[in-house]
Amino acid sequence: MIALTAIAIFTISGCNKGGGDEILIGEYGSLTGPNATFGISSTNGLKLAVEELNNAGGLLNKKVKLITYDDQGKPSEAQTVVQRLIKNDNVVAVIGEVASSNSKAGAPICQQNKIPMITPASTNPEVTAIGDYIFRVCFIDPFQATVVSKFILNTLKLKKVALLKDVKNAYSTGLADFFEKEFKNMGGEIVEVQSFSAGDKDFKAQLTSIKAKNPEAIFIPAYYTDVNLISIQAREIGLTVPLIGSDGWESEKLTEGKAKDALEGCYFSTHVSTENPDPKIQEFITKYKAKYNAMPDAMAFLAYDAGLILFEAMKKAGTTDPEKVKNELAKIKDFSGVTGKISINEQRNAIKPAVILEIKGGEFKFKETVQP
Amino acid sequence: MTEFIQQVFNGLSLGSIYALIALGYTMIYGILRFINFAHGDVFMIGAFSGYYLGIIFAFASVSGFASLGMALLIMIGAMVICGLLGFTVEKLVYKPLRKSPKLTILITAIGVSLFLEYGGQLVFGADPKSFPSLLENKPVVNLAGAVIGSNPLVVLVTAGILMVGLRLIVMKTKIGTAMRAVSYNPTAASLMGININAVISFTFIIGSSLAGAAGILYGLNYPSIDPLMGILPGLKAFVAAVLGGIGNIPGAALGGMIIGLLETFVTGYISPTYRDAIAFGILILILLFKPTGLLGKKEIEKV
Repeated sequence: MIALTAIAIFTISGCNKGGGDEILIGEYGSLTGPNATFGISSTNGLKLAVEELNNAGGLLNKKVKLITYDDQGKPSEAQTVVQRLIKNDNVVAVIGEVASSNSKAGAPICQQNKIPMITPASTNPEVTAIGDYIFRVCFIDPFQATVVSKFILNTLKLKKVALLKDVKNAYSTGLADFFEKEFKNMGGEIVEVQSFSAGDKDFKAQLTSIKAKNPEAIFIPAYYTDVNLISIQAREIGLTVPLIGSDGWESEKLTEGKAKDALEGCYFSTHVSTENPDPKIQEFITKYKAKYNAMPDAMAFLAYDAGLILFEAMKKAGTTDPEKVKNELAKIKDFSGVTGKISINEQRNAIKPAVILEIKGGEFKFKETVQP
Repeated sequence: MTEFIQQVFNGLSLGSIYALIALGYTMIYGILRFINFAHGDVFMIGAFSGYYLGIIFAFASVSGFASLGMALLIMIGAMVICGLLGFTVEKLVYKPLRKSPKLTILITAIGVSLFLEYGGQLVFGADPKSFPSLLENKPVVNLAGAVIGSNPLVVLVTAGILMVGLRLIVMKTKIGTAMRAVSYNPTAASLMGININAVISFTFIIGSSLAGAAGILYGLNYPSIDPLMGILPGLKAFVAAVLGGIGNIPGAALGGMIIGLLETFVTGYISPTYRDAIAFGILILILLFKPTGLLGKKEIEKV
């Protein structure tokens, strides 16, 4: 009995510590592994939002404390760390992940425990369909597929496109399917569909098959580490057509090494351009550079916004009670973030414009904005 | 036809890397009758040696690419590092266990493999690194539209030279003769005055340095390296060694080429989903129907 009481007191004091003078917010991301820049950028962006909030006096008269765990970019690890955030650290809200496969692994745990989760950059539609506690601050892939299709057909005026997708990755297969449908609807032709598994190093066999079909462009919805190698090998076997990508390309590591030349003149769609003269964007870049001595990418912008709308919802709710915060998140409308106006729709997705960037000399140059 | 020629070439340049790794497996098996499962990770260390040597040497040059001589120097450097690694691992880990049951050494080899993989993550970091551009890739041959780049060609030629060199060492030199003698019958060889320890050390040095060279060639062809990169190529090279006939040097080279070609054809013409299944499917078939491999000879167990 004494032992039981001791455990009970221990647990209660543990809880009090969590909900005392600090508001605990959890984050999970790939700080290491093949897609490490996704997690590093989003953590940096989110930390900036938390730091600014605390410097301005905090939230509901408390300081916000961010707990970040590394999931190594693996869905199984994502589940473990989200469980840990909710059960051990007693966080009141969770932010993450960038990769859709990892968000899909973490989201069911947040939903079961009724803890709101906001993904900064997972664009696969199924992520927020997991439940009413799951939100996102970015556009979704059916929209991104339309944007890319329009760009290829209307701006580049190319009709024959090959598709290369990563079968291990929910984001890649989802986006590839939406693209295939949309591109055909708009009158384009898909001449070849090839696939690979994330982590493959040899893509020459697939690229050779693609080359045999003489496409005018290749759409590769995948993550930057794989695209880096794909682009180098495509040029090696004499495939010279433009490679077109999606927001998974967004990383300074995309053009590392020989890929700098291989990707010259290629395009990808993403959430925000650092060349946008909008004062909010430029102010964020200045702050980010001052703190991290690096250029922010889309994942940093989006994570910062994910933080902002979470704080806004908590402010409006006047409490950190997960259910009330969730209800306020669902009501967010025309909230002005760094990536533009954010409105959460009935499916808990944000409706936002996309931008197309062109790769020139290893840098990402603004090409055009596409409104929803 | 164009597509086919290109695929054959893709397969050969992948296969030559498997072949180089397979040689190490087969040589060590030939001498000690045990599978060195850490061999794939020696290959990884070779690639990382090239990465750091490349940063030290190549980026000092103006063009961004190292000269051919510099690239050769980097490869030799990586071979020396891996040779030393193989030598040390054998002396520290395998030699004290030489009299233990085979299973003990096998499990120890897996331990060494895990040590190198996760030690590598600790030292090099877990995220993939972009291998330095040692040589500029120029299209060399344009065969009916099939473009063959200089880098894959360098890979193929270098691998070929190394394999011929190994053949010469084994067949023509004194130490090679000693190796064959030990492989044939260690006890009799030692009675004839052959220094078994020296032969075993030499075998580890040669086998590991070939894996080191394979690491550099791999980085040249697929310039993204990480500490776990050795696992899959290591396993496939093991299959290649079994396919050719474990313990048989030309067999390992042949097996590597076959696996490389098959993988490329399966990926290009059927589906990349079956790429890895192919290698291990072959392993099962070979073990079922011809356990001695394509070129292996049947060994008579002496009772």
